[in-house]
Amino acid sequence: MTQHVSPPRGSADKVPSVSESPAWRGVFAHADVRTLSLLGVLAVLVLIGGITKPDEFLDTRNLQLVLTQASVIGVVTVGMTFVITSGGIDLSVGAIVALASVWATTVATQEYGFAGILFTAVIVGVGCGLVNGLLIAYGAMVPFIATLAMLASARGLALQITDGSTQVVTVNSVLDLGERDAYVLGIPPLVLVFAVVTIIGWLVLNRTTFGRRTVAVGGNAEAARLAGIDVRRQRLYLYLLSGLCCGIAAFLLIILSGSGQNTNGNLYELDAIAAAIIGGTLLSGGRGTITGSVLGVLIFTTITNIFALNNLQSDVQQIAKGAIIVAAVLVQRRTASTT
Amino acid sequence: MAPEPPLLSMSGITKSFPGVRALDGVDLDVQAGEVHCLLGQNGAGKSTLIKVLAGAHQPDTGRLRWRGEEVALRSPIAAMRLGIATIYQELDLVEHLSVAENVHLGHEPTTAGFVVRGKAARQSTAALLRRLGHPEIDPARLVGELPAAQQQIVSMARALSHDVRLIVMDEPSAALDPDEVDNLFRIVGDLTAEGVAVVYISHRLEEIRRIGDRVTVLKDGRAVAVGLPAKSTPTREVVALMTGRNVEYVFPERPTAPAQQDTPLLEVQGLARQGEFEPLDLVVHPGEIVGLAGLVGSGRSEILETVYGARKPTSGQVVVDGKALKPGSVRAAVRAGIGLAPEERKAQALLMLESVTRNVSVSSMSRFSRAGWIDRRAELGAARAATRELSLRPDNPSVPIRTLSGGNQQKAVLARWLLRGCRILLLDEPTRGVDVGARAELYAVVRRLADEGLGVLLVSSEVPEVLGLADRVLVLREGRVVHRAPARELDEHRVLDLVMEGSPAS
Repeated sequence: MTQHVSPPRGSADKVPSVSESPAWRGVFAHADVRTLSLLGVLAVLVLIGGITKPDEFLDTRNLQLVLTQASVIGVVTVGMTFVITSGGIDLSVGAIVALASVWATTVATQEYGFAGILFTAVIVGVGCGLVNGLLIAYGAMVPFIATLAMLASARGLALQITDGSTQVVTVNSVLDLGERDAYVLGIPPLVLVFAVVTIIGWLVLNRTTFGRRTVAVGGNAEAARLAGIDVRRQRLYLYLLSGLCCGIAAFLLIILSGSGQNTNGNLYELDAIAAAIIGGTLLSGGRGTITGSVLGVLIFTTITNIFALNNLQSDVQQIAKGAIIVAAVLVQRRTASTT
Repeated sequence: MAPEPPLLSMSGITKSFPGVRALDGVDLDVQAGEVHCLLGQNGAGKSTLIKVLAGAHQPDTGRLRWRGEEVALRSPIAAMRLGIATIYQELDLVEHLSVAENVHLGHEPTTAGFVVRGKAARQSTAALLRRLGHPEIDPARLVGELPAAQQQIVSMARALSHDVRLIVMDEPSAALDPDEVDNLFRIVGDLTAEGVAVVYISHRLEEIRRIGDRVTVLKDGRAVAVGLPAKSTPTREVVALMTGRNVEYVFPERPTAPAQQDTPLLEVQGLARQGEFEPLDLVVHPGEIVGLAGLVGSGRSEILETVYGARKPTSGQVVVDGKALKPGSVRAAVRAGIGLAPEERKAQALLMLESVTRNVSVSSMSRFSRAGWIDRRAELGAARAATRELSLRPDNPSVPIRTLSGGNQQKAVLARWLLRGCRILLLDEPTRGVDVGARAELYAVVRRLADEGLGVLLVSSEVPEVLGLADRVLVLREGRVVHRAPARELDEHRVLDLVMEGSPAS
């Protein structure tokens, strides 16, 4: 046995200051009260699922389904977390997902096969993000308005492209990834993409100059500007990043549904914002957590799954979601004021 | 015969925040009709105490008596009902509402309980403004359109719109010009004549002498002196109480031979901004501190921010090492080695949610990163070295910057630029919100940096500060340089004359 017996350090771990700690303690310190409470909520949900539908819920297939469903909105939420951390908002994510998914599944695009679909989805996402970013950073438009305009026009364009019809994917290499027994490295492909995006997102936000600038711009844009940060360029990059995430999410959605529809991504903006906020990202900017956002997404997806397994209608789900948002924010405010 | 109980009597007030004991058993007595001055360094507990008084903070222990009766101020409304009004340093006005709406916010005159009687509100506001000596402020104007000094008057009118018995004023003179300060003192005099008590907080000792009756000195959350006579207690004694040692304005020695003959580090050539300041020429050499003296509105801060590129000049240029900078570009200025410690530290310099380290490293992240990846160990080490060099307290750069005192926050800003390797420092009111004891330390730091070869351009509204710290002084009036001289050839009276008259008497 090579089990290490670590010395008792329970008390030391509670010391808020991590100044002198090695890198691994730094990672551990991120598991703060907020993250732990989100994990607690998730555990309670799993418990509820396990009690109400022990056979169906805890089935490997079902848990896989939960993660797969979480992947699409999860990737969008990672981008949204960056934007919100910078003090902005992106209301256009759902519409961009829709536009990217239909543009990438037109007959013309599908002729280029797997690469064509992937490339188009990503480029459309980034292109929309570029327009958002230019309007906000250099056109001095309020993010709410600029992305609201993008929401409207991207949805309109998506409808125009499809004329309301569902565009079925005929490229087999794409469809194969959406099969129930498709695995890449032993993981469902969508979940793998979600995991990779999450890890990269976490690293970029917490370990890179890009992440620092994002936090600085969100915390105090004027101070960031006077400290020599190019605030406008940073804002542009952030909306590009959000657009990129939408493009990736659109591709995942194409895999998942085997089609492109102009109604895709409906209300994703609200789900992504809600997940980020209950995760602990400040809507006013200056503080963001990828871990929290991902947990927020998993909580919402798990609820949806449990409700579906128990044959509860979506209207009840919506009410429950709303209640959870309120409860989460109230609990967080409580923990924030006592620590 | 029992004496009249004091209007307000606080005893044994304690209040703790995570990691800090802000108030540690404070006593305070305020009599009706007196100006009771509250003195203390930043972090001494003044803000916490007045928030307790305003009902914004609940004390952990201690008793509060109002006209002899024990009361609890559970909310700002409870305090207001007793007749306690607070005018905070950071004014709490709603910019998009009119003067009258702000004055009556929360207690609007109404018909049937909800229809606001706008005319009545404007009339009573106009009456209050007349009483405050500012009949020219239009009650219908939006507060956001008013200059800072008039906003303060509005804030005061709001306090008076209640049936007020005690007004707390937190550094009311900080944003005011001398004649406005005179008006403020007249108002304070009128109020006390009516029996209203004023708790007056200021960093300026001479003001306290002018209008104060009694002084309570706070230090480290304790009242170290309660109710000293304001007029007769020697300044030295008051300063000693605040700092625990005898400090007047202590300025470091100037080098005997200023390095004037070197090639200039910074040259400002004909720099001007329409409506703010006229074409300005100035030169800063390595090792030199150049001071800009002038009143609020003389264009001091505007000049610094334009040199820094934060404002775009209408004409002229800024030259560093013989190379002209791209006008209106902060990044060009920072790249050329200029650093700014702005006037509004919290709003313009600090990331309040972040640690000291991240506040210090924000301008030199490329130094600790490769391909955008931050080496956090190197970052922490460099931040620690930079903050240690400036003796920043506490000696732990991982603490949140918001927990630091004003002086240490300012040191963090300086550390930011030291770390960046900046060679020209622009200091805008570097000791604003910094207590007397910490000022001497900051002065020493600035002088040492200059001795190490930095060029410093200093702006201050405190004439002794400019004269004591700078090598050369430019006196400004209404956006124009009215006099230039080595600091040792000037004295405070002469500079004040220049600032007011605008024409050298010689």
